[in-house]
Amino acid sequence: MAPQANDSETRLTRDHSLFLLREMLRIRRFEEKCAELYSAGKIRGFLHLYIGEEAVAVGAMQALQTDDAIVATYREHGHALARGVSAASIMAEMYGKQEGCSRGRGGSMHLFDAATRFYGGNAIVGGGLPLAVGLALADKLQHRPRVTACFFGEGAVAEGEFHECMNLAALWKLPVLFCCENNLYAMGTALKRSESEIDLCLKATSYEMPAWPVDGMDVAACEEAAERAVLAVRAGAGPTFLEFRTYRFRAHSMFDPQLYREKQEVEEWKKRDPISTFQAEMQEQGLLEEGDLGRIEEDAAAELAKAIEFAEAGTPEPVEELTRFVYSEKPRT
Amino acid sequence: MSAQEKTIRITYREAMRQAIREALIRDPRVFLMGEDVGRYGGCYAVSKGLLEEFGPERIRDTPLSESAFVGAGIGAAMGGMRPIVEIMTVNFSLLALDQIVNNAATILHMSGGQFNIPLVIRMTTGAGRQLAAQHSHSFEGWYAHIPGITILTPATLEDARGMLWTALQDPDPVLIFENGALYNMEGEMAADAGAVDIDKARVRRPGTEVSLITYGGTLGKAMEAAESLAAMGISAEVVDLRTLRPLDTPTIIESVARTHRAVIIDEGWRSGSISAEISARIMEGAFYELDAPVARVCSAEVPMPYAKHLEDAALPQPPAIVAAVRSMMGGRG
Repeated sequence: MAPQANDSETRLTRDHSLFLLREMLRIRRFEEKCAELYSAGKIRGFLHLYIGEEAVAVGAMQALQTDDAIVATYREHGHALARGVSAASIMAEMYGKQEGCSRGRGGSMHLFDAATRFYGGNAIVGGGLPLAVGLALADKLQHRPRVTACFFGEGAVAEGEFHECMNLAALWKLPVLFCCENNLYAMGTALKRSESEIDLCLKATSYEMPAWPVDGMDVAACEEAAERAVLAVRAGAGPTFLEFRTYRFRAHSMFDPQLYREKQEVEEWKKRDPISTFQAEMQEQGLLEEGDLGRIEEDAAAELAKAIEFAEAGTPEPVEELTRFVYSEKPRT
Repeated sequence: MSAQEKTIRITYREAMRQAIREALIRDPRVFLMGEDVGRYGGCYAVSKGLLEEFGPERIRDTPLSESAFVGAGIGAAMGGMRPIVEIMTVNFSLLALDQIVNNAATILHMSGGQFNIPLVIRMTTGAGRQLAAQHSHSFEGWYAHIPGITILTPATLEDARGMLWTALQDPDPVLIFENGALYNMEGEMAADAGAVDIDKARVRRPGTEVSLITYGGTLGKAMEAAESLAAMGISAEVVDLRTLRPLDTPTIIESVARTHRAVIIDEGWRSGSISAEISARIMEGAFYELDAPVARVCSAEVPMPYAKHLEDAALPQPPAIVAAVRSMMGGRG
């Protein structure tokens, strides 16, 4: 299964291009602010930024419908924002406020949102894959034409859970879209230093699963690949594996001096920044008009300001509620 | 004999099988999955015949991928199903520990109450069948350490028959530990036996001078010891905990308040065990009721050996229970 040429170009209307640009940019600005707020002590714990990888979440999310499910990792701000979890509730979560999308219990690594079927924020590498398999199994057993999109980094392919889940999803022909975000480093360990076989698609195809690489720095390519894959997955063809080749511009977390990679390498990848390259492409194709960018920036700034205001005004959950939701409050049914 | 008093002769294994069958009939959301539950009929023959009756969608044989299929159970539960996941033996459950501890037990709290997980996991536990050190341990007390899950240890035919349905009505994960030595236990059970509570410990034999507090595979041994003690003129009460989390502390305390002595019998190892927890609760809640220090009869702190005489020596046995009681009563009897 190979993506067909020109498909992405046919989709790139001005409105849609602006939308994709807007989505990537609001994630970028949101996370840049998160880094600042982290330094200011407003956000604590671990904070993993998605900067550089925005095209993947934004592109892939376009292929999903409202009743599809998403399982993500601890680097999931972008996925949550692109899925429609409000910036305000995400920011409040990072502030540890009860107005946060996980009531302040999860923080940056554990964003959850039932309304958008966003099943977290899983901070055990590979740990989300079995959940995605199970969500898809439930859909299959209930004959619902839904898809579960499961995002994970290339570091997860070293985990046993990855291989167990590739096999199980393929064996049972479950509607899972496996979105592997290959940013080349599992924390500080380069793929080539940790895997005997670095062709990730080969791993998936060995489980009889369609798989292909995608330019993860090109939002239109990400969207197009996801749409093509989701079409087959939703139709009952079983799971598909997409390897999004991308790059993390920032450190792994806020405690990473980046001793494991050359500055030059980062600079090279930055030339392929998904936002600036897409913007340039739009310009070239005459899709970007005077004032567009300014408006997008203004909107992103306004959304961000509101999110911070909401988070600042948020309230700490009363300590008396500490033990709520260890077990459900609803009675046995 | 009235209809209500009508009894049937049944084994623990068959009682459990009836419980699963009833659940599959009553609730279309219920399905059973695990290693060899289908074609093979269950490693311990608990699910024998169910594949033929309910088909491969609802009696799902899985690959040997504990983490994937336990995690898939979690995902399917979040997706609206009521999975019963069978793990062949407690030692294998360690391969799924990530999913049980990091996901099943945490997601409700971590998501601020948004996603509950109505999942039942059944597994065989315990020794006594010469299966050596990788098929014979008792980790139920270990699991009882973890908030967010419920731990059941059916020790009687009625509990084998009745706990599952109640567990399936629970909105949160429930783990059922079936002591392998009990599967062949045979006895009389009410023909119309059905769901039982999973909240309360039970006094299985009333007594006045010492409380034998136990659960699961050692209930029979405690009953046997109580019988021997009676012959020596010592009245022992036997408390079957039934549920290790949450512990029914009031029933324990009330019993000790009646008898003023307590011996805890636990097939788990002594150090850091559920027996240690029960002992601590007695200290906290009934210290001034005690006429003697709390005593414990636990498994020897060795990996379970294969040779029959060594395995017998490693396990709590009735003579050791009798000796512990006599010792705390100044050698009486």
